[in-house]
This record gives sequence, C-alpha cells and structure tokens, in this order.
Amino acid sequence: MFVEFLWVLLLGSLLGLELIGKVPPTLHTPLMSGANAISGITVLAALTAIIKAGDNTVVLLLGSISLGFALFNVIGGFLVTDRMLAMFSRKPARKENR
Amino acid sequence: MTDLLKYAIELVAVLLLALGIKGLSKVRSARGANQLAALAMGLAVFGLLLNYLGTSGISIAAWTWIIAGTLVGGVLGVITAQRVPMTSMPETVALFNGCGGMSSLLVALAAALYPAVLEAAGPVAVVSIVVSVFVGAITFTGSIVAMAKLQGWLSTPDWMQSRARHAVNIALAVGSLVGAVEMLRNADSSTGLWLVVVASGLLGIGVTLPIGGADMPVVISLLNSYSGVAAAAAGFVVGSQLLIVAGAMVGAAGLILTQVMCNGMNRSLVSVLFGGALGATAATGGGGGEYTNITSCSVEECALTLEAAERVVIVPGYGLAVAQAQHTLREVTRVLESAGIDVSYAIHPVAGRMPGHMNVLLAEADVPYEQLQEMDQINPEFPATDVVLVLGANDVVNPQAKSDPNSPLYGMPVLDVQDARTVFVVKRGMSAGYSGIKNDLFELANTSMLFGDAKKVLGDLLVELKDLGLGKK
Repeated sequence: MFVEFLWVLLLGSLLGLELIGKVPPTLHTPLMSGANAISGITVLAALTAIIKAGDNTVVLLLGSISLGFALFNVIGGFLVTDRMLAMFSRKPARKENR
Repeated sequence: MTDLLKYAIELVAVLLLALGIKGLSKVRSARGANQLAALAMGLAVFGLLLNYLGTSGISIAAWTWIIAGTLVGGVLGVITAQRVPMTSMPETVALFNGCGGMSSLLVALAAALYPAVLEAAGPVAVVSIVVSVFVGAITFTGSIVAMAKLQGWLSTPDWMQSRARHAVNIALAVGSLVGAVEMLRNADSSTGLWLVVVASGLLGIGVTLPIGGADMPVVISLLNSYSGVAAAAAGFVVGSQLLIVAGAMVGAAGLILTQVMCNGMNRSLVSVLFGGALGATAATGGGGGEYTNITSCSVEECALTLEAAERVVIVPGYGLAVAQAQHTLREVTRVLESAGIDVSYAIHPVAGRMPGHMNVLLAEADVPYEQLQEMDQINPEFPATDVVLVLGANDVVNPQAKSDPNSPLYGMPVLDVQDARTVFVVKRGMSAGYSGIKNDLFELANTSMLFGDAKKVLGDLLVELKDLGLGKK
C-alpha cells in the first residue's frame, strides 16, 4: 500500500512539473491563486477524519475546524481567481458588442 | 461495484484538476480552467461522501460537524473573495494559502492524538504525520506573516536582518527533528508532537519575517507549493490517493511558478530565502550616491507636453498599485485617446505588487487588453515615442541594468524608457526603489520629475488636460 502511494506521489509530482511550462507573466497572479485553491483539496482529509471519528469529540472538532479552513481556502480561492480572470475575458466580448 | 465507481470518480477528478492547472497557464482558457478545477474539487468531495455512504455510512454527528465546518468556511470564503479589493490580492492569496496549511496540520494532529480512530499507527503513518504537521505549520505561520507584512501590520525587526537569525532558524529546524524522533520512539507520549508543532510554527515565522516586501510574492508562491506538499502528506495520513496526486501536482507546479517568478525578477530563490532584504547589501555595491541635476516640473507643463504628443506610453509600477490610482489613470488615458493620441501601456514582468498583478489592476480599470504591451514588444518602440509617463516604477526603468556592469541591477530586464523623447516620472519623493539603488534615469536631460502621490498627480493632470480642452467632443 505504502509503495503504491509513493508511486502515486512520484507520478503526481512529475505531472505537476510538466503542466506548467511557459506561463505569461499576466497569468502569474491568477495561476498562483488558482493552484492555491486546489491545494485546499485537504477538504478530503478533513471529511475523512470527521466521518471516521465515531463518537470521538476531539477528532470531530479538529476535523470540523480543519474542514472550515480548507473550504475557506477552496471556495475563496476559486471565487477570487474567477473574479480576476473575468476581468481579462470580458474585454474581447465587449469589443464585439461595439 | 462501489469501489469501481470510487476509482472512476477519483480518476476523472484528477484528470480535470490536471487540465485545470494546464489551462490556467494560457490567457484564453484560464477562466474555464479555473471553473473546471472547481468542478473537479466538487466531484472529489461528492465521490468521497458517496463512497462512505455506500460502505461504513455517515453518522448524524458526522453530518452535523461537516455542515458546521462547511457553513463557516464556505460563507467566510465567499465574503472574503467578494470583498477584497484587487490591490490586496497578494495578501489575500497568502491568507487563503495559510488556511490550507492549517487544515493539513489539524488533520495530522487529530491522527497523531488518536491513531486508532484514523487507522494511522506505525512508523509510516508517523512520518506522514510529521511531514504534514511540519509543512502545514510552516505554511500557516509563514503565510500569515507574509500577509501581515504586505498589509503593513508588521515590519522586520532589526535583529532579524542579522546573521544570528540563521542560527535561530537552524535551532528550530533541529527542534522539529528532535520532536519527530521522539514521536517515533515513544508513540504513547504527545510531547514530541507538540515540540514539532511549536518549533515548525516558529520556523515559518523566522524564515518569512526577514524577507523584504517586494520579494514576498516569491515567498507566497513557494508557500503555495508547500501547502500542496502538506496536502499530499495529509493524503498519506488518511490514505487518499487523490489527495496525494493533487497535493503533489500543486507542490510541483508551485515550484515551477516560483522559479518563473524568480527569473522575472532577476533573483535566485536562494537569495530571496536567505539573503534578507536586498537593499542592505546592494546599496553600497555600485551606482550609489546623491542625485544631482534633477529636473522637476509642474503638472501643467506635463499636461502641455502630453497635449502635443502623438504617441504616449504609460509605465505603471508598484507605486500606482499602492496608491490605487489605476482608475484615475484610465480616465487620463481616455482623455488622451479622445484627442487622437496613441496610448499604450508597457508592462514589466514584475510590475505591480506581484507578477501579473498590474494586468489584473488595469483590467479592473477597463483598460483594453490590446493596449497592454509586454516588455519585449514595447522596448523597440520607445525611440518612436513622444512621452513616457512612469507611474510609481523605479528599478524596472533603471538604465544602469544595461549600461553599468558593476551595478547590482546589471542584467535585470528593464524597460528602455530613456530612448523616448520626454520622460515624466511620477514619484512620491527621491527615495530609492526597492533595491536601494540610485536610478540614473532621473538625472537624464529628457527626464522630468513630478513629485506627489500617483493618484493625486493623475487627478491634477486630468483637470489640467480638461482645461486645455482635451476630452471634449
């Protein structure tokens, strides 16, 4: 199981290295913000902790706070990235309307 | 059957996340890619809940805590995302990022305190927990310090600039390691765990605090990469392959982005992290000294020169972003355009408060995307330009970077504004730029200084231009 996970880690890292080759400077800020939102994928870990907690209140509480932090990161991150990118994409649209 | 469904959903989610990151690196596909990544995230959560519903079930208590966490985090996230001004983007990203790190830290903490509950016993689990706590804590405290520094709530204390800080940081790193060893040796005691939490948390502060404001974006990008690593480690703790893949992807992609940003700023990652503020050492390096021959002029003269121009290039910089003057700038350029003057914007790769930030700010102010010119496009056009208006930019227009091999700036890509006929530099005072290096541009015969806050100067300029009859149909 552990070795399998290490393979997954390795392949995931390689994929990440390949994904971003050339990024125009324009997109550095949105890309950073978007990647940041994805790192909030720890929601999955938080949910797992809560579901497996049973009647252990400490784990329930830690899991719930963790979920709150992670979702703050995910939802806030995606929305703010969308807000930024909306400003880039509305320009051509407006020009066509002219 | 449920297993098959679970794997299918996870696979699709990973695919969509990868496509999302890929798409985010191209202007045309960026917005859709971001939405795709959000969709993938939703799908992953859905898949996880479905899987547990189909196997062990989810208790009422669990649902209650899930909903509580979701409501608090989600509502705060939505409010923050909608309320923050575009100029505060760097600190916002830092804040979100810190929370991601905190999330990994808390899950690992729960697993360490109650290994039986989360089936996280044994050396492999302990190592995963240590990595998750260590990286999570550094990400959290580092990001919060970065945010506080960018907001101006914190400045670097003097002793932090000294070399002694390296010793302190090394001691903290060793402390974390000792805690980790203690956790492995003595599984029943939580002393080691708390040592790791405290030492790595302090380490995050110790590493981030000495770094200067202009280098902060690089640090945030690096911390963003860390939060991916923390997520991957949390994936090991709870046994989620999806978490490992996604965390590893963000970690690796964040590292590449950090490198790209460093290249744009002509800084090496090592010097950003360990060099402290550049100004302290560089100011004596070369080209220092007092300014002589500064020509300053009034807003009125500037307006008259602009009126007579045919081609104007705007160079917006950090100062414009700080003064939040992008909307006033847009009004000025509207007036110029209506008088038939050709206006474009020269965007240095690191203009603004972080790379790409200026593009966001100008887009917010409704500047047409086609008018934004990247450095390589616009540099050959400066000799054919009548007036250049430099707004709160300094190092990125310093000709020393090309002419003086002894200058610390030498080799940094700069905008060749001095080739234009007339250059106006709007600046608050004669203070040096972030590098602390004298700017030869300010002494050139074709340069005039306009002292004042960018927003105020542009406001006055707008009035003058309208008095001259520009902008009236």
